[in-house]
Amino acid sequence: MALDQSFVGRTYPPTDPYEVGREKIREFAEAIGDTNPAYTDTEAAKALGHPDVIAPPTFVFAITFKAAGLVVADPQLGLDYSRVVHGDQKFAYRRPVRAGDRLTVTSTIEAIRSMAGNEVIDIRGEVHDEAGEHVVTALTKLVARPAEES
Amino acid sequence: MTAKIAYDDVEVGTELPAQTFPVTRATLVQYAGASGDFNPIHWNEKFAKEVGLPDVIAHGMFTMASAVRVVTDWVGDPGAVAEYGVRFTKPVVVPNDGTGALIEVSGTVAAKLDDAERTVRVDLTAKSAGQKVLGMSRAVVRLA
Repeated sequence: MALDQSFVGRTYPPTDPYEVGREKIREFAEAIGDTNPAYTDTEAAKALGHPDVIAPPTFVFAITFKAAGLVVADPQLGLDYSRVVHGDQKFAYRRPVRAGDRLTVTSTIEAIRSMAGNEVIDIRGEVHDEAGEHVVTALTKLVARPAEES
Repeated sequence: MTAKIAYDDVEVGTELPAQTFPVTRATLVQYAGASGDFNPIHWNEKFAKEVGLPDVIAHGMFTMASAVRVVTDWVGDPGAVAEYGVRFTKPVVVPNDGTGALIEVSGTVAAKLDDAERTVRVDLTAKSAGQKVLGMSRAVVRLA
């Protein structure tokens, strides 16, 4: 079933703030095996010019993807999530995410198209801090494979 | 932002130090917990095979996180990364043999983008078991 093109351009309400914790950043850095001190040592982060420890570049995906879940789960859109795979991921940073940030995500459906039987949906997540300043934009391409013939 | 690499010291073709990242089932369980991505294709072999995969596969976002380390270890300051994008082309298959898989990442300065902003584009290549696992893997980095 083709997805409804009229959803292109639809923006979903901003998420509740996600507070970025110092220990959550540490946990994530350890999970990717990354020992860069900017992620765990406040003094090292400050020496690089950051006010507090920063998060690895892909950390924010956990937040934006949860927000994209609002789009994916929208029953009116009709996306079958069990057939969805992650196609592309891009980030454009105004500044790194850091401990203490309270981040909200506003998701917009950028594009919907059919390619070789797959449904492709591009979701843009704009991440802002508590002051309303832009922090990072996440562009997520999801690919839904067609249902198998039964 | 305090990159330890100077814009004037790099040219198109400059190679970044390559790195190899091991991935085991334990790595994937730890990443699932830290990232909140508990999709069973990343830890349940039976489930992975039922949905047509050869075995458990690594989270694409784990591979993406590993690949950019070639860039962040090179510049020192991860905050110097201005843009980063990848295409997930092939899965990293992680067997339950105690050894797991390897993700081999190399990077090259592909363009000097802006002399005033001191930004360069780094093109990354990530391979596992001899196959490219990421496509269009590019980072824009602000140098000193």
